[in-house]
Amino acid sequence: MILSSVLVLFGIGLTAAIILAVASKLLYVYEDPRIAQVEAVLAGANCGGCGYPGCAGAAQGVVEGKAGATVCVIGGDTVAANVAAIMGLEFSSMEKQIAFVDCTGGTRAEDVYVYEGIKDCRAQHLLYSGSKMCPEGCLGYGTCVTACQFGAIEMGPNGYPVVDPNLCTACGGCEQVCPRGVITIWGMTARITHLNEITDCLAPCRQRCPGQINIPRYIEQVSRGDYAGALETIRERIPMPLSIGRVCPHPCEEVCRRGHVEEPIGINMIKRFAADWEMHSGQRLPIACAPDTGRKIAVVGGGPAGISCAYFLRRLGHSPTIFESMPALGGQLRYGIPEYRLPKDILDWEIQGILDLGIDVKYNTFFGTDFSLSTLSDDGYEAVFLGIGAWMNMNLQIENEAADGVETGTEFLTKVGLGLETHIGKKVVVIGGGNTAIDTARTSVRLGADVTLMYRRTKDEMPANIEEIIGAEEEGVTYLFLAAPTRILTNESGHVTHVEYITMQLGDPDASGRRRPEPIPGTEAKIEADTVYTAIGQKPELSCLYEDGHCALEETQWRTLGADPDTLQTALPHVFTGGDMHTGPALVITALGEGRKAARSIHQYLTEDAPHITSTIQRELIDYTMFTNVPDVGLRDRIPMPHLIECDERSGTFKEIEGTLSETDVQYEACRCLRCGLTCYNRDQPENQTTEIMTIEKKL
Amino acid sequence: MDYFVLVIAAIFVNNIVLAQYLGNCPFIGTSKETSVAVGMGLAVVFVAAMAACITWCVQKFMLTPNDLGYLQTITFILVIAALVQFVEMFLKKAIPPLYKSLGIFLPLITTNCAVLGIAIICQREEYTFIETLIFSVASGLGFMLALVLMAGIRERLDLSPVPVSLKGTPLGLIVAGLMSLAFFAFKGMAS
Ligand code: SF4
Ligand code: SF4
Repeated sequence: MILSSVLVLFGIGLTAAIILAVASKLLYVYEDPRIAQVEAVLAGANCGGCGYPGCAGAAQGVVEGKAGATVCVIGGDTVAANVAAIMGLEFSSMEKQIAFVDCTGGTRAEDVYVYEGIKDCRAQHLLYSGSKMCPEGCLGYGTCVTACQFGAIEMGPNGYPVVDPNLCTACGGCEQVCPRGVITIWGMTARITHLNEITDCLAPCRQRCPGQINIPRYIEQVSRGDYAGALETIRERIPMPLSIGRVCPHPCEEVCRRGHVEEPIGINMIKRFAADWEMHSGQRLPIACAPDTGRKIAVVGGGPAGISCAYFLRRLGHSPTIFESMPALGGQLRYGIPEYRLPKDILDWEIQGILDLGIDVKYNTFFGTDFSLSTLSDDGYEAVFLGIGAWMNMNLQIENEAADGVETGTEFLTKVGLGLETHIGKKVVVIGGGNTAIDTARTSVRLGADVTLMYRRTKDEMPANIEEIIGAEEEGVTYLFLAAPTRILTNESGHVTHVEYITMQLGDPDASGRRRPEPIPGTEAKIEADTVYTAIGQKPELSCLYEDGHCALEETQWRTLGADPDTLQTALPHVFTGGDMHTGPALVITALGEGRKAARSIHQYLTEDAPHITSTIQRELIDYTMFTNVPDVGLRDRIPMPHLIECDERSGTFKEIEGTLSETDVQYEACRCLRCGLTCYNRDQPENQTTEIMTIEKKL
Repeated sequence: MDYFVLVIAAIFVNNIVLAQYLGNCPFIGTSKETSVAVGMGLAVVFVAAMAACITWCVQKFMLTPNDLGYLQTITFILVIAALVQFVEMFLKKAIPPLYKSLGIFLPLITTNCAVLGIAIICQREEYTFIETLIFSVASGLGFMLALVLMAGIRERLDLSPVPVSLKGTPLGLIVAGLMSLAFFAFKGMAS
């Protein structure tokens, strides 16, 4: 029996062995030895972030030529270089990508998914569409947290995910599981070139900002004390937070929902704080740029639009050169905005930081005289950005307009900016109601003149900022409303002595919605003046575009350069425009925003043949986000802007008037933010006292 | 009808894990996530069916005629081990996508007593070849059912406040006990 047992078992073992041996010959699958070599140098996390089932799969993909050396999402450059060495591939450094939490809502997770428990974002999304009122946005159950194998993501104190950029490997695990598209794996290039889309979670302020700055995000970062992060958020959209923090008339604050509670958030004050924080620290925060592409682009005009375009082109890895007609960069920021609003040393500090990224500048070169579109192409510039601004002044079209002592406000401000002699008299009349008129008036006051500002409508219709109007009044500017100049009177030597004007009354509203001023016959009067500054509007000087009497570009009916409103591409495919040259006189922030848009289009033109936009791009304010019912919000007054010098001292000095908020004040102000679009969900969540999150009823 | 009763009995009444207490280690080990549980379950159905059929032949044509019934267990282990290796090689060559998706589970099954248990039960109950096939597939499905139910419960438990000392396997075992109590409700329905 023992013998037979042994024999049977031995027999079975032998048969199995023989079958397996034969099978291993017959069923042998050839495996390229490089697969094992590649697998050995991969990170070995088997995370699947590369899209292959584990590292072995990825290695196979590389060897089969389906994946490149950079296949491993967590390995970084070293691993990629090793893989490239084994495979004999070319390897160029990759741009760091990370998970970015910013309710983009655009992509939806598939409805078919692996069930992971009822308290899982996807289950909630399918069952109830989540407990959110907002059609996009985070559900707050944190499936992304469980999905991250690297511990890089956690639910922050406010119930939405926070990514640790140092731990994130961009494996994409969180992006795959999120049913709301709240998390996206983004690199810097994608972030810079992203234009607001209606599927993004856009708070009203963010929709309104011409620069498309992610306002709720930087306010939230400031409230956490992450000032560097806030600046990074701002700089993803505009290069000049110091200047904008000072001169922006903050249209965003007009639509701030907090305005329906008591007063809007001091959005621009918070931006200014973050920017000043960096400057006062004495150190510049590093600004990331993509690897060099070596492609040359000419940026004509070194004003806000040109600086912004060059800055973003540089960050996208290209090599821009700015051609500036003046001896210094800054355009209207330098020559139009007076020292007391934006000190020149601050502007210089800011511009220097931008140039340090590696931007070339050629000063005192005139477009149309020193170079032209064709010479730029000959010199190897693959694309051109035209942003020469709007420097040509409109005429009053009245008698004696060219008399001695009559000048435009911009000419005067430029002279002051350049430190030249202005020949300003004692009695100054400024004509106009916009910011240039106010700047001219306030600057004249500082030069010792007695100033009257003449405007043909009433104070309420003035296009200038209300703070500026009040500031000028406090400094002693006399207003003469409902008055339009009819004639300039001169003495024998042709110098201005008086301005004759006629009183106006307001009639029916015109195309701009403002009531049209109409003269009342027989009400002519005179006002004494030895200097008259006109500031009634500007337009771009387009004559420089003509080469040999021809211009390949189109003009609009407003005498600006015609271009696609979204891509800013002109009639010549390699020529782009932006800023005042395209929009006519507008805000600095608009010019900065257009600079980025143009840089984006140029980047796409160079790398993808043609600039493009999606159909979901946001242009108008999105209706459902403009809720006016904001219940349960504790009242908290807005912090007033601190003043550096008091009113009576102001008129004699060009020193900066407004100051920066203190750290305590900025935290207080940041916590007033309702965070529309970020925490517009999860009503049941206990209120977080420190940041005072409010539940906001959204009218859907 | 008999086959129907056989299937019901194998899945619910005599569930291989919850009533027979076989295959407890993979039951606890691979029931943390539903996706893993489904993968393991499918692999068990596949291998259990093949193993039961082959061991049925071994028993019928080799052990019983030669009066070697006492060698049943050791022979079956040998056969199943070889079979799993063979299946692995075959799948790798013939159906690579299936091989990839089964991944780690195939080798895991070599040491799975549920598979051996199913093969032996078929002999003890003296099933015909067809009955063996049906019973083994149904038992595999029973294993998969238990596994998936367990995974669902454990995922839910992960989110619940549980005393630290009970977290993981201890609580898993308690739940397994409660689940098998619940399965006793099927007793007497079919045998
Ligand atoms: S980001 Fe997405 S996955 Fe994460 S908690 Fe919010 S909804 Fe869920
Ligand atoms: S945060 Fe997202 S992308 Fe980053 S490592 Fe975690 S799962 Fe991957």
